[in-house]
Amino acid sequence: MAITDINEFAHLTDNDIEALGRELDEIRRDVEESRGHRDARYIRRVIRLQRSLELGGRAVLFGSRRRPAWVAGTAMLSLAKIIENMELGHNVMHGQWDWMNDPEIHSTTWEWDQTGPSEHWKRAHNYSHHTYTNIVGMDDDVGFGILRMTRDEKWRPINLLQPVANVILAAGFEWGIALHDLKAQKVLEGVDPMQWNSAPNKEFAIKIARQVGKDFVLFPALTGRAWKHTLTANATANLVRNLWAYAVIFCGHFPDGAEKFTAEQFETETRAQWYLRQMLGSANIDAGPVMGFLTGNLSYQIEHHLFPDLPSNRYPEMAVRVRALCDKYDLPYTTGPLSRQYLLALRTIHKLALPDRLLKRTSHDAPETSSERKFDATGSRIGEALRVDPDTGRRRGLLSALRAHADARVQRRRAGRRPAEVI
Amino acid sequence: MGLKSWIEAPAARVAGSNRSVANLVRGAVTRLTTPLLPDDYLHLVNPLWSARELRGRIVEVRPETADSATLVIKPGWGFDFDYQPGQYIGIGIPVEGRWHWRSYSLTSAPNVDHRLISITVKAMPEGFLSSHLVTGVPSGTVVRLAAPTGNFALPEPPPEKILFLTAGSGITPVMSMLRTMDRRGDLPDVVHVHSAPTEDAVMFADELERLSAAHPSLRCHVRHTRSQGKFELASLDEVCPDWRERQTWACGPLAMLDEIEQTWEREGIAPRLHLERFAVSRADLSGAGGTVTFGRAGKAVEADGATTLLEAGEKAGVLMPFGCRMGICQTCVVPLASGHAVDLRNGKEHSEGERIQTCISAAAGDCTLDV
Repeated sequence: MAITDINEFAHLTDNDIEALGRELDEIRRDVEESRGHRDARYIRRVIRLQRSLELGGRAVLFGSRRRPAWVAGTAMLSLAKIIENMELGHNVMHGQWDWMNDPEIHSTTWEWDQTGPSEHWKRAHNYSHHTYTNIVGMDDDVGFGILRMTRDEKWRPINLLQPVANVILAAGFEWGIALHDLKAQKVLEGVDPMQWNSAPNKEFAIKIARQVGKDFVLFPALTGRAWKHTLTANATANLVRNLWAYAVIFCGHFPDGAEKFTAEQFETETRAQWYLRQMLGSANIDAGPVMGFLTGNLSYQIEHHLFPDLPSNRYPEMAVRVRALCDKYDLPYTTGPLSRQYLLALRTIHKLALPDRLLKRTSHDAPETSSERKFDATGSRIGEALRVDPDTGRRRGLLSALRAHADARVQRRRAGRRPAEVI
Repeated sequence: MGLKSWIEAPAARVAGSNRSVANLVRGAVTRLTTPLLPDDYLHLVNPLWSARELRGRIVEVRPETADSATLVIKPGWGFDFDYQPGQYIGIGIPVEGRWHWRSYSLTSAPNVDHRLISITVKAMPEGFLSSHLVTGVPSGTVVRLAAPTGNFALPEPPPEKILFLTAGSGITPVMSMLRTMDRRGDLPDVVHVHSAPTEDAVMFADELERLSAAHPSLRCHVRHTRSQGKFELASLDEVCPDWRERQTWACGPLAMLDEIEQTWEREGIAPRLHLERFAVSRADLSGAGGTVTFGRAGKAVEADGATTLLEAGEKAGVLMPFGCRMGICQTCVVPLASGHAVDLRNGKEHSEGERIQTCISAAAGDCTLDV
């Protein structure tokens, strides 16, 4: 089972968690108070950069029959689409820039360059995913209903196809998301999923017609004899954007250390425990400013999940403070380079394609899912009496317990392999 | 739907939609620029090249008195210069990255002035935006505009006998009327009674004098209340004996307008009176809440300062959009049509024209939601 008692898992008392919540509220307040001209200028510059890149890319693609022009145009267009999707669309629709009171850069008016309509996405993502983050059965983003990403979900023979499903999802990510959001929208509006002319279906159809019409009919047609090249350029740009968005999302939620939770945990959750769940459920990517920008600052997934509606350009400074809090409360701060985070997610996808009897670990103690009961097996749970290190005065909590747990496992394994020596 | 309206459809919501050629092109090009409008790209080159939203650029800030200034604005695409003198516009000004909306009377005359408009702003002691406009806003600033509106307007043709009763910045809509009649060279019998605290505080003093000199049919009575005392309505009979027969436009402090309204009602001539009340409503931050009106649902409910607008609406049986109920998902965002609301998390005030998260906002005085 995934985590059922977040206090016990995190080795924190109610008071500790309330205190942690207050410290996080303070970070939130500080950023809210200091939002201003500098931030407004940032988002306007990003918008200008994105639109210039897109215009430039489209213009260059008029010469796409020549290979260098095709490559340059496709690269510019891909970059424009990535920025449009991540730093602009995703973040604006989270309401990160609503404070500016600018009707053109506002969560209620923004429409993005993706197959699915913004309205549908906001519902599924901002509400369902960000409220019920990583609660198995409530957050559909855990595997997007396609992949089995935790041992809490029962294995079905179809999961054997997971490696293939993963590749298809990655390549057609915008379509995967769009269909996923459409389904959520239908549930919300209570329309019959089979009714073909329902309002969500119509919105979806209109959006598809516009997107597909633009990228695969109108622009190729406009470039005349170069139509085939423009078509492949547009398809490539969409593919690049899809792969990138997919990779960033998977690195934010599925590397080892990003925990899953049960509905029981959610039912009695306080605001401060909600914060803690966001921290433990997300994973960051080690990124510099350029990589950070290209991920829409979702390389700061932990900070994003704590404060989804604060401006993305402020995540780096918030990250310093959040990390210090993790240190103080001896909580893990899950982060790693993109390649490592992605390989961990990929490992889970492939491993969980197999039935449980072929898997060694349990759902209490697996790399991708664990619960407070994982410590029972090795007795590595830090007891109440040992919560403060007598020598350093530092708090000993989850991070120390995880280390002790890993050490104990290693020792056991050695003991198992070389019984004679140990005895 | 005809072919023309089909082509125009994606651009149907931009300003100046009556200009059909521009919108035909805009609608057609939108098929290529979707989900954006062509204007979103054009205003990268020139911020005024957008009719997605009315915009303007402040081209001159001209001091009128010690605490008031005229802002001359060059509107961008889609602005309709054919407004009526006396109407007001909404103007959005960026301060510290945030757009603030206010309404001000236009002081310019329609359809002239080389496609420029002007508003005249008086710095209010507690009004941070008006002070900013009078002392801090540089020429060249790009502002957002809302189309001219309001019933306080001079009809065309103007009535034969007019009385203007103004005080302080209440002169601004009347100035537009006077200028309009002056430009048309047709200024009927007008009596204008205007009050200001001191001689220096009279906006447009020179122009009023010039207009009086040029038009014998215009009689201006300017009163300096600090030295001469308040203008009493009882003395109207001396200044303008036939005031009961005139079409009257009055604009000034609320107390003055209330008194005028009562007098006109008593005299049974209320239909001849036109009032403009533009006192800014203030947020009630006492935490006592207020009456929340749900504009589209046509319902209203009392809510205290601790009840969220979302809860208030749901109690009143209004179909409110909702999501996380903790202020993170932005599903519940609706426009605040009038009044004020306060963010319960940080005490931040929201006013008319802003979009607010109803799940973490409470009423700060009476307010209306567009839901």
